[in-house]
Amino acid sequence: MNKATRWFSRNLIRIYAVIGFAYLFLPIVYTFVFSFNDSKKSNLVWVGFTLNNWKNPCGAPDVCNALGNSLKIGVLATFFATILGTLMAFAMGRYAFKGRSVVNILIFLPMATPEIVMGASLLTMFISFGFNPGFWTIVIAHVMFCISFVVVTVKARIASLDPRLEQAAMDLYADERETFRRITFPLVAPGIAAAALLAFSLSFDDFIITNFNSGDVNTFPKFVYISAQRGLPAQANVIGSSMFLIALIIVLVGQFVGRKRAGVR
Amino acid sequence: MVDASTSAHGDLTLTNLTKSFGEFVAVDDLDLVIPQGSFFALLGPSGCGKTTTLRMVAGLEEPTSGKISIGKTDITFEKPYKRPVNTVFQNYALFPHLSIYENIAFGLRRRGVKDVDKQVQNALELVELTHLASRKPNQLSGGQQQRIALARAIVNRPALLLLDEPLGALDLKLRRAMQIELKWIQTEVGITFVHVTHDQEEAMTMADTIAVMNEGKIEQMGSPADLYDNPRTSFVANFLGQSNLIKGSIVDSSGGSAVVDIFGTKVGLAQDRNHAHDSSVLLGIRPEKIRIQPAGTAMHGNILEGGVISDASYIGVSTQYQVEMPWGQELMVFEQNDDGTPPLAKGDAVVMSWEPIFTFGLAGDQDATAGSEANPDSE
Ligand SMILES: Nc1ncnc2c1ncn2[C@@H]1O[C@H](COP(=O)(O)OP(=O)(O)OP(=O)(O)O)[C@@H](O)[C@H]1O
Ligand SMILES: [Mg+2]
Repeated sequence: MNKATRWFSRNLIRIYAVIGFAYLFLPIVYTFVFSFNDSKKSNLVWVGFTLNNWKNPCGAPDVCNALGNSLKIGVLATFFATILGTLMAFAMGRYAFKGRSVVNILIFLPMATPEIVMGASLLTMFISFGFNPGFWTIVIAHVMFCISFVVVTVKARIASLDPRLEQAAMDLYADERETFRRITFPLVAPGIAAAALLAFSLSFDDFIITNFNSGDVNTFPKFVYISAQRGLPAQANVIGSSMFLIALIIVLVGQFVGRKRAGVR
Repeated sequence: MVDASTSAHGDLTLTNLTKSFGEFVAVDDLDLVIPQGSFFALLGPSGCGKTTTLRMVAGLEEPTSGKISIGKTDITFEKPYKRPVNTVFQNYALFPHLSIYENIAFGLRRRGVKDVDKQVQNALELVELTHLASRKPNQLSGGQQQRIALARAIVNRPALLLLDEPLGALDLKLRRAMQIELKWIQTEVGITFVHVTHDQEEAMTMADTIAVMNEGKIEQMGSPADLYDNPRTSFVANFLGQSNLIKGSIVDSSGGSAVVDIFGTKVGLAQDRNHAHDSSVLLGIRPEKIRIQPAGTAMHGNILEGGVISDASYIGVSTQYQVEMPWGQELMVFEQNDDGTPPLAKGDAVVMSWEPIFTFGLAGDQDATAGSEANPDSE
């Protein structure tokens, strides 16, 4: 074997990793770079470097209104879906009741249903109930499809909880409430937090169901979709990149805190 | 809030205690009195119902029927957190998100005790792990976790401490060290310990009283010496140490010592060690109680002739012989290597003897091998 092939075979894994990550991150890098593009109407070709878009992210008409709506809907949907989903997860993970296995299957249905079908059906339902599509119909729709994900995530965490820990707490004079407060909840909390983050990201970037049920309320994905047809303003890239950076920071902080709590020396 | 130190004290009494899981009876009509302040061992093979019994006492499992009381207080259906009972769980069950300190303080805080810090420090000193107070459980070795589990329970000074095979996960050396430590702690704090184990040596060295359990029932209960020297069932005779059990029949029981015929040889059996219901008897003798000599040697006591050595294994302190008897049974003999004579060899004809007081008699209608498959010492 000559030197080049040896080097190649030894670094194959690394080369593969670099290509893999390039595939994953190139679009994000592209988004990020073009958030600095000094574009006028359409952000498709590189014109020149500017910080203006970052200094004035609300510069493009309606972008911040749409973003604000998305954030409000995301927070509300996350709040309700996390509470309802967590309660359901406890009920399904902890109590034996008639038809539990049926419920376990039913909870997967909203995840398996095509969004386009669900969006259309929801709209039909809202209209026949006499609701006008708008802000609250979006929230209701989002809570609905987020719940399944919350239930599944939290239930997995509950299932991995050793029941003997709660029994040990009871043995050590903690009544049912104290046991939940001191043992069960703190141990399940990471699962609930993960579920909430998941719910928020699902809600924030949902387009299909939202598009059906939003009436004339604009959300960020809807804004991006509509403006992409006539030329996406660079501010959308700024907001996209910021979301990515915030998510990245959350993940890194989470990792750091998790490590500290697990006590890795 | 519960004050464990005053709510109930006294002997633990189990009356007709039964637990069934569906059709399966895990604990079968158990009657047991465990005196206050004693070190009590519950010994038995895997699956015999030891953990289930402890869980009922702790309140983590509801009895199907029967009664549990401490002193005069009936606690059968009392909530676990209202019982003056603490448990050291089989797998420790330390709270992973709390520090060692907070683990130990947990019970004290729930009871609203005043001087939490002082008591936690004392408990940590007792198990000699003061320097680990701020760590999390997963940063401790198995032996350290075990001691924390013990400290977490003992710090509450319960009337009763339940230990479910707390030493099961430890290696032999640490296990022996912990046994001594546990025994010392029990004497020091004076609380009743109910210690579950399937290690007979552990039970023998630590406990004042041992109950041997089998298939949800207590086979026999007594001091270690009592159980070893005077077993009442073949299960106990085989599970606790090893025994030779020979079929025989009682031909004369008029004196203080019965005369038993075993395949033509007459031997003596003290009446207080005879647990046969009728003349059919399983005559028991421990292998180390038997003396063995070349055939023709004059012997005294109970004498058995006609044996031939079928196997001899030298294991340092002693030599273990298998002796084939004329009726086909193999008897075990453990001979101390203390008299300077060369060990006997395979094929040698031998004569055996033992003092009549070491003989015990079991009802002849039971399985002579019961319990031996559950005994880790016999193969
Ligand atoms: N929740 C349960 N449902 C059904 N059967 C059970 C349950 N808990 C225990 N059992 C059965 O009851 C019997 C006694 O179990 P237990 O845990 O008390 O045994 P053990 O004596 O502690 O055994 P080991 O030494 O292996 O710990 C076993 O046969 C077990 O399978
Ligand atoms: Mg057990």
